[in-house]
Amino acid sequence: MMKAIMKFIYQFASPKHFYRLSGKIIPWFGWLAAMLLIAGSIDGLFIAPVDYQQGDSYRIIFIHVPAAWMSMFIYMVMAISGAIALIWKIKLADVIASSSAPIGAAFTFLALVTGSIWGKPMWGAWWVWDARLTSELILLFLYLGYMALESAIEDPRAAARACAILAIVGVINIPIIHYSVEWWNTLHQGATVTKFDKPSIDISMLIPLLIMALGFKLYYGAVVLMRARNKVLVTEQNNRWVKDIINH
Amino acid sequence: MYKAFFNLLKRDLRLAFRHKSEILNPLFFFVIVVTLFPLGISPEKQMLAEIGPGIIWVAALLAAMLSLDSLFRSDFEDGTLELMLLSEYPLSVLILAKIVAHWLITGFPIIIFSPLLGTVMFLSNDAIETLMITLLLGTPILSLIGAIGMALVVALKRGGMLLSLLVLPLYIPVLIFSSNAVGSSMAGLSISGQLYFLAAFLLFSLTLAPVAASAALRVSLE
Repeated sequence: MMKAIMKFIYQFASPKHFYRLSGKIIPWFGWLAAMLLIAGSIDGLFIAPVDYQQGDSYRIIFIHVPAAWMSMFIYMVMAISGAIALIWKIKLADVIASSSAPIGAAFTFLALVTGSIWGKPMWGAWWVWDARLTSELILLFLYLGYMALESAIEDPRAAARACAILAIVGVINIPIIHYSVEWWNTLHQGATVTKFDKPSIDISMLIPLLIMALGFKLYYGAVVLMRARNKVLVTEQNNRWVKDIINH
Repeated sequence: MYKAFFNLLKRDLRLAFRHKSEILNPLFFFVIVVTLFPLGISPEKQMLAEIGPGIIWVAALLAAMLSLDSLFRSDFEDGTLELMLLSEYPLSVLILAKIVAHWLITGFPIIIFSPLLGTVMFLSNDAIETLMITLLLGTPILSLIGAIGMALVVALKRGGMLLSLLVLPLYIPVLIFSSNAVGSSMAGLSISGQLYFLAAFLLFSLTLAPVAASAALRVSLE
């Protein structure tokens, strides 16, 4: 039974099959993401009620919060696919992990920038050494380290394995870093923490937020599959099926 | 297995004592970096006492990171690491021996010298005592986590800058808890929480870091 399952997975993860399947999935993900992002933006920017404390400037959460969620989600994806690649030697998992890294870094950057833009009217400063901001910044450093290691190792297979180990070490450390930063912050400057103590979110704001989050996820799905497809073509360029596609 | 562990430990220590610069350079670096701060910021007693714990810990962190190169580099270049990979003993045990040796060579002298630096930064006696305890708990973590990073970059020609990018984010929890413990003991507060955390983190990395480092070394030596 296990053998049959593994056989199915290996076949499923074969570059050729992946290329064909992802080609069919990408348009679905892409168009759904576009529709959700447009719907979520309209709902979030125009329909959702004004916050009684923060006015209209809170509306940036519809970008900021999903971006922050994605930044953590993508690092998890990288670590899990790294582990899959190390344990079962599925090459496709490596491709997914390395295709995800720049997207994850971009989302992390987006979360930091939108957070900073939001912080200016709310706290009167572009940056505060708040626990969440600081751990998000450290997450960006982890992404940058991952990409730097990947580009430093010439052999792509060795690079993928080294990066998988780094991602797993990083993912074990993320909660430790997060809680130590949170703890550091509560000791150093208690006041900023309470700034995050906002009332629990209203349903009319939650709906656009979730629509946007789903849109971000599907966007990531589409983009990561596009990047992975590209990588598969490059690494498999000497195989027949790739040549057939190119000559077609 | 114990024999292999201790033999490798003895060998690394002996090699270090033959090249004394391996022991002395990180120590000098540590002292010089700490000296720069009063010159760059202010020699005022109150100011230095406030920023002293953080500065001493940042300097210790940088010294530990820059000394990581000696952990695997020479053994990689002369092929010793490959032989270790082929040996009948588990690689993680051999790596642990190398990490312990590295800590004794670079971390331990820093601990011995730290009271001196604590004094010139006007830390109180309690704070100096705490500084030594945090260094005793913290510097082995730096060597353990650093070994993972070093194992990943050892085969690269210019891995130094990359190593700092990989390792420094992972050092942050140690820095936070250690410098905070020293600062708290300056203020006369209890520091048991911070020390418990450091001890837990030490045990955690002691169990997992050698395994991760040996996996990374296998990739690097392929």
